[in-house]
Amino acid sequence: MANELSKPFEKSALSEEDLYKMNKEKKVQITSFAFMIFLTFLAFIAVATEMVAPAFAVPFILVLAGMQFFLQMFYFMHLKDKGHEWANTFIIAGVVLSTPALIALTFLLGMTKY
Amino acid sequence: MADYSAIIKEKKDKSVLMDWLTTVDHKKLGVMYLIAGTLFFLKAGLMAVFMRIQLMFPESNFLDGQTYNEFITMHGTIMLFLAATPLLFAFMNYIIPLQIGARDVAFPFVNALGFWIFFFGGLLLSVSWFFGGAPDAGWTAYVPLSAGDYGHLGMDFYVIGLQISGIGTLISAINFIVTIVNMRAPGMTMMRMPLFCWTSLVTSLLIVFAFTPLAAGLALLMLDRLFGAQFFSPDSGGNAVLWQHIFWIFGHPEVYILVLPAFGIISEVIPAFSRKRLFGYTAMVFATLIIAFLGFMVWVHHMFTVGIGPVTNSVFAIATMAIGIPTGIKIFNWLFTMWGGKLTFNTAMLCASSFVPTFVLGGVTGVMLSMVPVDYLYHDTYFVVAHFHYIIVGGIVLGLLAGLYYWYPKMFGHHLNEKLGMLMFWMFYIGFHMTFFVQHILGLIGMPRRVYTYLEGQGMDTMNLISSIGAFLMSAGIIVLVINIVYSALKSERVVVSDPWDARTLEWSTPTPIPEYNFAQVPQVRSLDPLFYEKIHGDGKMKPAEPLSDIHMPNGSILPFIIGIGMFVWGFGMIMLNMENAIITPYAVIIPGFLLTFGSMLVRSIKEDHGYHITVEELKKLEKEVS
Repeated sequence: MANELSKPFEKSALSEEDLYKMNKEKKVQITSFAFMIFLTFLAFIAVATEMVAPAFAVPFILVLAGMQFFLQMFYFMHLKDKGHEWANTFIIAGVVLSTPALIALTFLLGMTKY
Repeated sequence: MADYSAIIKEKKDKSVLMDWLTTVDHKKLGVMYLIAGTLFFLKAGLMAVFMRIQLMFPESNFLDGQTYNEFITMHGTIMLFLAATPLLFAFMNYIIPLQIGARDVAFPFVNALGFWIFFFGGLLLSVSWFFGGAPDAGWTAYVPLSAGDYGHLGMDFYVIGLQISGIGTLISAINFIVTIVNMRAPGMTMMRMPLFCWTSLVTSLLIVFAFTPLAAGLALLMLDRLFGAQFFSPDSGGNAVLWQHIFWIFGHPEVYILVLPAFGIISEVIPAFSRKRLFGYTAMVFATLIIAFLGFMVWVHHMFTVGIGPVTNSVFAIATMAIGIPTGIKIFNWLFTMWGGKLTFNTAMLCASSFVPTFVLGGVTGVMLSMVPVDYLYHDTYFVVAHFHYIIVGGIVLGLLAGLYYWYPKMFGHHLNEKLGMLMFWMFYIGFHMTFFVQHILGLIGMPRRVYTYLEGQGMDTMNLISSIGAFLMSAGIIVLVINIVYSALKSERVVVSDPWDARTLEWSTPTPIPEYNFAQVPQVRSLDPLFYEKIHGDGKMKPAEPLSDIHMPNGSILPFIIGIGMFVWGFGMIMLNMENAIITPYAVIIPGFLLTFGSMLVRSIKEDHGYHITVEELKKLEKEVS
C-alpha cells in the first residue's frame, strides 16, 4: 500500500521477451546515433572544405537537418513506437503549425516586400 | 488501515483557509479560478466604465491622457489574460474531469501550481498602480512604445507579470491535455466526448503553441528593457516589426483560445435546453480543429497597414476569410440543434441562444476587416473596437454567463435566481448592443481608438453618449448578477437531485454536492451523451465500470502557493532592477524569491508524498451520506 511505494523491487519485472526487445532497441539506438554523427560529419565537411560548392552547401545542410530532425523524433524520442500516437499527433501538429510561421517570418522580415 | 483514517481526519481538521490554500482538488481550484477571474473581471470592467465616463462628452477632463492610456492597457490585458482565461479555466477545471468520468485532473499538484502562478502573476501586474503607474502601451505593447526609451516602469510589470501568469496558464493547459488524453472513463472514446471537452482540448493545444511564442517575445522584450539588449531597436540592428509578428503569432490564436471553450459551453447548454442531441457533432469537432489550424495562419491580418506587401496581405486576407467557413458550420449546427427542439428559455438558454446572432454580427465585421483595401480605412478606428467586443463580450462573456447559470447548481448546490437572472440578461444584452453597435458607426465616421478624447461638433457626441449609457446599463446588469449570487446563496432552495436540468452529459450523474472523489465507481460510457443514453436505454443511472474499491487520493500541499509567492517576489525583484530609487538593492529581493521558488520545487522533489486512500468502508459510508 501507500507506505511501501518507495521501496525498491527485489527482482526485475521484465520478462525474457522484454529484455530481448530492449537489447534490440539498444542496437537500433546505437546505429541511428552513429548515423547521426555521420550526418553531422557530412555537414561539417560541406562547410569546412571546398568539396561542395557554397550554393549547394546550404540546401544540402538543410536536407541533412531534416533527416536529423526525423531521426531525433522517431528514433530517439520513440515516435516510431507503438502507443505513441498522441505524442505523434502533437509533435506533428507543432511542426505543421510552426513551419509556415517560420517560413513566413524569414520572408516577411527581409527587405523585399512581398 | 488506521493510519489512513488518521490522515483523513487530519485533512478534515484543517482550517477552512488552509484547506483552500493547500487544495489540489480540481473542483475547489475551479471555484478559486472563478473567484479570481471574477475579481479581475470586475476590476477591468470598472476601468471600462471610467473610460466610458471620460468619453461621454467631448473634451472631457474626467481622466487625463496618461491615466486613460493606462486604463486601456490594463483593461485589455486584464480582460484577456486575467479575467476571460481564468473564468474559462474555472469551468474547464471543474467540468472536464466530471464530463469524461475522471476522479481528478491528471496532475492535481500541477493544477494547483498553475492556479497560484497565474494568480500571483496577475497580482504582480496589478501592483504596478502603486509603483508609478500601470503599463500604458496598449495590451499589444508595440515596440518602441513599450521598449526602454518610451515605456516607463509599468511596462516592466507588464513584461514580468504576464511572463509569470503565462507560465501558470501554460502548465494548466498541458494538464488539461494529459487529462483528456489519458483519463477518460471506459467507453468514452474521443468521438463520444462532450463538445466542451473537445473545445477545451483544442484550446489547450492552442495555448501550448501560442503561449510559447508569447513567452519568447516577452523574454526578448525583458532582455531589451532590463539588460540593454537590442532585439527590437532598429538603430542597433534590431527589428521593431518582429515584436508585432511575435505578438500576433500569439495574439490571434489567443482569440480562439478564449472563444473555443465558449463555443463548447454553448454546445452543452443549447442541446440541454432544446431536449435534442447536438446537431452535427462530428462536423462540430472538425470545425473546431479547422478553426484551430487556421487560427495560426492568419496573424498578419492584424498588421495589414504595417506595409508588409500586397502578396502577403492577400494571402492572409484569404486565410482569414476561410475561418468564416468552419465558424459558419458551427452557427448552423447550433441553429439546427434548436430547430424543432422543445425549447426552455431560462437564463442559461437565453445567454446561449442570444450568443448565436451576436457572434454572427462580430463574425461579419471580422470578414469585413479581413478585406485589405477597406482595412486601411477601418484600421485603428472604433470599428475594430466594436468588432472585437462583439466577439469577446457578445461571444465569450455570454458563453461564460450561460455556463455559469447552467453549471451553478452542480458547482454550488443551488440555482441562481431566475427572475434576477432574466433581469441581468436583458440589461446586459441591451446595454451591450447600445454600447458597441454605435461604435461601428463611430469608427466608420473616423473616430480613432485608444485616444482619450474627441472634439465637439464632429457628429460623435450623441453616439458616444449612447455608448456610455449602454456601458452603464451593462455594468448594472453585472451588478444584478453579483446581487443574484449573494441573494441565491442566502435564499435559494438547495438542489438535492443530481440532475436538475434533466441534462445529457456525465457531470449530471454525480451527486450534488459532488464528493471529493467525483465517482465512487468510474462509470461505463455507452454512447455520446452517456447519461441521456442510460435514461432511455437503461435505468437512468450510469453503469459502473469497476467494483467498489479503495480510492487513491492526492494529498493537499502548500507548496504551489509558496512557489507562487516565490515567483512574485523574484519577478518583483527583477522589476526593481529598473527602479530608480529602490529602497533596497534588487538582488536582496531577487535572491530570496529565487530560493523560495526553487527551494519549494526541491522540497517537492525530495519529499515523498504518495497521497492517501479512501477505503471501501469509508466510501460506503460517504456514499450513504450523499444519497
